[in-house]
Amino acid sequence: MSRISGMFAQLRRRKEKALIVYLTVGFPSMKMLPSLVKAAVEGGADLIELGVPFSDPLADGPTIQMASQKALENGITVPKIFEAVKQLRRSGIKIPLVLMTYANPVFQYGLAQFCKKAASVGVDGLIIPDLPPEEAGELLPLARAARLDTIFLTAPTSSPERIRKIIRVSTGFVYSVSLTGVTGTRNELPSDLVAQARRIKKLSRVPVCVGFGISRPDQVRHVASVADGVIVGSALIQTISKAGSANAPQAVVRFLKGLKQACR
Amino acid sequence: MPSLPDMQGHFGPFGGKFVPETLMGCLTELEKAYRDARRDPAFRRELTHYLNSYAGRPTPLYHAERLSKKIGRGVRVFLKREDLLHTGAHKINNTIGQGLLAKRMGKPRVIAETGAGQHGVATATVAALLGMRCDVYMGELDTVRQRLNVFRMKMLGARVVPVTSGSKTLKDACNEAIRDWVTNVRDTHYILGSVVGPHPYPMMVRDFQSVIGREARRQIKTETGRLPDVVMACVGGGSNAMGSFYPFYRDRSVKLIGVEAAGKGLNTPYYAATLVKGTVGVLHGAKSYLLQDKNGQVMETHSISAGLDYPGVGPEHSYYRLSGRAQYVAVTDSDALDGFKLLAETEGILPALETSHALAYLYKARAQLKRGSTVVLCLSGRGDKDVETISRVLEKSR
Repeated sequence: MSRISGMFAQLRRRKEKALIVYLTVGFPSMKMLPSLVKAAVEGGADLIELGVPFSDPLADGPTIQMASQKALENGITVPKIFEAVKQLRRSGIKIPLVLMTYANPVFQYGLAQFCKKAASVGVDGLIIPDLPPEEAGELLPLARAARLDTIFLTAPTSSPERIRKIIRVSTGFVYSVSLTGVTGTRNELPSDLVAQARRIKKLSRVPVCVGFGISRPDQVRHVASVADGVIVGSALIQTISKAGSANAPQAVVRFLKGLKQACR
Repeated sequence: MPSLPDMQGHFGPFGGKFVPETLMGCLTELEKAYRDARRDPAFRRELTHYLNSYAGRPTPLYHAERLSKKIGRGVRVFLKREDLLHTGAHKINNTIGQGLLAKRMGKPRVIAETGAGQHGVATATVAALLGMRCDVYMGELDTVRQRLNVFRMKMLGARVVPVTSGSKTLKDACNEAIRDWVTNVRDTHYILGSVVGPHPYPMMVRDFQSVIGREARRQIKTETGRLPDVVMACVGGGSNAMGSFYPFYRDRSVKLIGVEAAGKGLNTPYYAATLVKGTVGVLHGAKSYLLQDKNGQVMETHSISAGLDYPGVGPEHSYYRLSGRAQYVAVTDSDALDGFKLLAETEGILPALETSHALAYLYKARAQLKRGSTVVLCLSGRGDKDVETISRVLEKSR
């Protein structure tokens, strides 16, 4: 069983839902990464998505665009991220770590080498929002061979037929995008969100986690009433921005504790 | 030869659909709507009607005799006058097609990205013509250097949204348009302006622009009794070039030459010559040649011409490059200015700065042309929009 599947099995026994959080590697700085990851774990994160910055993040709203741009200015590259993950594992981080990146930096590194290297440093899975199943033919066998989970995304606009196709190639979990739009916090989530998550759950043999737009405990509770996990990204980046480097770790712990409470 | 792209939108190793899942459904819907429309005589009639009586097709194929004399060696240059079209460039061929398609799909709103502003103007024009709402994304830098076109779009009732992210040019306008589309996909059609983006765009835009090459092929045969030796066009995303090349694809004797922007020089970091200097990557939904660093980050590009200032290129051009069917070259900003002056002074035509790149290469490479050969050059747009930029540069150099 993969580390991700193990995590979901454990949560099921505890009757808890997963809190999945997103951090852009290199924002606000590379130096901050270990303390932010530790703070996320302390706050109750069950899985961390480490964002690999890309110059043209099509699926991201202003918050993550800003974080990515800052990270690129800080000189973050894929090799540096692999090294950072290795150090995180050495320092005793045990929870699943997933890389969230766009297709181009992966292709440029080389698909086969990327999968091998990612697995060897302790990455558990990949989320590539601009790589739908149709374009993942080359990736899938390489990821399987490296024992990396491949997490694909569903959207509110996905037909049942597409949802089945996406689930077939997803391992670890399926990422259900809550709304038609880019990442970023929203005051209101779509009214049919729960119904939508329920539909996907009915078709899925892997856990279904919902992300995009979620920032508050009440939203987490609402989503977690159906989904197996809740994904929070932009709201966490904003928390870090607002707190400033010195106070960011405590702010992350505090913010996530409130959200994790809503997962129980 | 099987016709390209394949069902998944691949041109050999290029193309495809590298987009967020939210868009996958609507790309399928768009492809289906397009394939249906293409087969529907009523749609084709409507398209032809607007192309002819509204936009001004067919455009003339003009034998530029004084320019030819300047080139020398008995070379005959024919200009395909897309600059004479309504709104001043070839872009309207595509926006009329996609506008009618949007109407057919029942989408009340269209969006577009624009660099030089020509595609934005052509989209705003069609939106006004067909009664659709229209938002155009334009890099902030481009809203300054192509001010005139911003006014034109506004007068046509479109909203122009300046894009301040990244390099503040066409690439970023394209990102922002895609983000809008992801958000408003249910009621919005994205009128992409070049042969780039996810399938079916490269195929669809090529088809709409192929009217250029189809007419030119017929006209040159009538005029000279045979096929041309060379077809030449400038390449940014590559829509006027693909529209010119595609109908000649099977005419193996016809040499196809695409001219890119070498900016301040290919040995400086300031250029936009994707097919000449790029490596394979993924941007804006397609695999194609791309200007990127070794970590897969997309490079900022430079060209005096906003319409060529783009780090990507259409996947079918990548395929033509890889297979050797077309040849791609690049000329600098200052070459382009020479090309501009050359046409202005020999023929009394102010070409767009984009087109000026093709003219510049024609002149620079004249020694390589076979004696007495025939060249068709796509005069993709007129230069009125560039007069301010050019006068600024010429003043500075004085």
